[in-house]
Amino acid sequence: MSEKPLHFMPTEGFRERSKAVVENEFLQKSFRAAMDFLMTKRAAQFPDADELESLRRLGERIRQNSLDKLPALLTQLETNLTRNGIHVHWAENADQANAIILDICKKHGAKRMVKGKSMVSEEIEFNHAAEAAGVEAIETDMGEYILQLAGEKPSHIIMPAIHKTKQQIAKLFAEQIPGVAYTEDVDALIQIGRTVLRQKFLEADIGLSGVNFAVAETGTLCLVENEGNGRLSTTAPRVHVAITGIEKVVEKLEHVPPLFSLLTRSATGQAVTTYFNMISKPRQPGEKDGPEEVHLVLLDNGRTQPYADEELRKTLQCIRCGACMNHCPVYTHIGGHAYGTTYPGPIGEIISPHLMGLEATATLPSASSLCGACGEVCPVKIPIPDLLVRLRSEINSKPGSGSPLQGQGAGYSRLMTAVWRGWAAIYANPAFYRLYSWLVSRFNWLTPAGQGGWTSVRTPLRPAPKRLRDLLAERE
Amino acid sequence: MRRTDSPHPGVASRPDGGSARDRILARLKAAQAGGRYPTPAAGEWYGPRDRNESPAERARRFQANMEAARAEVYRVNDGNWVEKLREILAAKGLTNLLLAPATPHGRLARQGLTGGAVACLAYDRPIEAWKPALFNDVQASLTAARGAIAETGSLILWPDADEPRLMSLVPPVHIVLVDAGTIHATFFDALQAENWAAGLPTNALLISSPSKTADIQQTLAYGAHGPKELVVLLKEVA
Repeated sequence: MSEKPLHFMPTEGFRERSKAVVENEFLQKSFRAAMDFLMTKRAAQFPDADELESLRRLGERIRQNSLDKLPALLTQLETNLTRNGIHVHWAENADQANAIILDICKKHGAKRMVKGKSMVSEEIEFNHAAEAAGVEAIETDMGEYILQLAGEKPSHIIMPAIHKTKQQIAKLFAEQIPGVAYTEDVDALIQIGRTVLRQKFLEADIGLSGVNFAVAETGTLCLVENEGNGRLSTTAPRVHVAITGIEKVVEKLEHVPPLFSLLTRSATGQAVTTYFNMISKPRQPGEKDGPEEVHLVLLDNGRTQPYADEELRKTLQCIRCGACMNHCPVYTHIGGHAYGTTYPGPIGEIISPHLMGLEATATLPSASSLCGACGEVCPVKIPIPDLLVRLRSEINSKPGSGSPLQGQGAGYSRLMTAVWRGWAAIYANPAFYRLYSWLVSRFNWLTPAGQGGWTSVRTPLRPAPKRLRDLLAERE
Repeated sequence: MRRTDSPHPGVASRPDGGSARDRILARLKAAQAGGRYPTPAAGEWYGPRDRNESPAERARRFQANMEAARAEVYRVNDGNWVEKLREILAAKGLTNLLLAPATPHGRLARQGLTGGAVACLAYDRPIEAWKPALFNDVQASLTAARGAIAETGSLILWPDADEPRLMSLVPPVHIVLVDAGTIHATFFDALQAENWAAGLPTNALLISSPSKTADIQQTLAYGAHGPKELVVLLKEVA
């Protein structure tokens, strides 16, 4: 996991990566413990089931309203941000977004960047682009900083370094940070990070951040965080660039409190985070700090694809709390890296196919038992299991069936389709089914002992010698 | 497995189709059904949950929530808060304090601290003129809060020219003076009652604890990047 640069690489190797994690007893225990911890904390924040349900319903309506009016809200947001003195840029893909940000760096001669936590900046692999352009981009969220030192990607969208132990981090700090002795004391490790990064905040000439909610009504960018690195990244340098997906807009300022409450309680089981940071303007005349220039980059990168379909559009309701991965039995067993995508877990399985195409993500919607936990905990009621089933059929249906999804039919197999057609024909017709079930029960001795993946860890499936209907007939 | 280099058809390959902005908006408009959902009114959810609590109950709830998040809260009044401030600074062994002499509370604090062991510093010039000193030398700051929120135990700050944004962020100890009469039940109540939508400042903030992180093995550690200690002077209604 330590070779750099490390790019996201979904489908290929998914099985191998999953297998490696599942066979690692230590990781199994630590993921289980971490997810149990997060699930317990979330549950404690929602003691009243009716309150939770009505708040989720409100959250869902707010997000649906945002998407319903998305083009109008984006132009309203742009108008109000521009009026407030914030520059707005639009990017259709990762390359355009990277070029916009690096162009801003170039204009200001900025070589030292501090970054607040931004999954969108991971999505566009900004750090690679920055390195190539000679800009030092330092991650300042403690988890992200640890991963940058280790040359790894986040394995969780809220707790990026959830796969690492304090012993690994202690070793990493002692090896990578000059003058640091090995310590497993978490407080001491955090203070080491604080000291190193304070110097970076002091020296940085540009800051990059994500956005949790962008308010169209007032032209305001909202950031949710605990550490203070988000506030520092957006305040200390002369220039601040924020980047966000086009779906993050909300219509009204009054829509922010319920979403903020759902977000923090669902994500980490906190009633509130340490900081809620609302940015509406660059530094005004007479003000003594804050960036002189603020930019917002609005990124499409495939989001308009699910937008075009009424069912798939619900994918864009997401507020990135990560509760679906915390509650997912598959995520808990394979961890975030196995998926090979920026966004792992259930939300990753339904958003990545639009960001990367179905060819590259064909196995992901199948990485679910459809147990329904993700849909049940989603604070904005995204029907994740339904969307997984929909994507499975898009992947496995015959190419060129008129679906607008990029890579539709990527998993199509003529044999598989024929087998299922035959199965459906037998099970839909009583006479066929009677004949078929008689044959398989009487000839059950023909069942092969080796049945592929099934018998690798289980006893073979063998039809019973008598059918239920035969047994019932004997009793009469 | 097939792979294509550009997963998004017509994205980068059509430089003639207008700007990125126009193309994104055109795609959204082509797909939009629109107008199916009325704008949700958050008040319909918060309204029935109004607790109808007394100011004293609200102040208690605010204090309990802040203390649960490891903020230190002291009940003070107009007559004794400067004395309390002096005690806190002495107890923590602090020798300097960043304050805003142009504000009434900043003036009072400076008067009360004159001649003592604590040097009063002022954020009286743009950050560019003294950034290293702010980052390396200032031990504590005193700012006022505009208001507070009982439900989550949060302070509301609108930094301004007198008390700039970094003042409540960079010094390791942040001391906040808040009037108990300005505590709202919820965040929603605060922005409705004060009509924030009519005009937000450059930066508006909620602060609910000292800076913290649980990024290493879900172990909570304080003093990540912002203040390690948050001290609240809760000024009672006279």
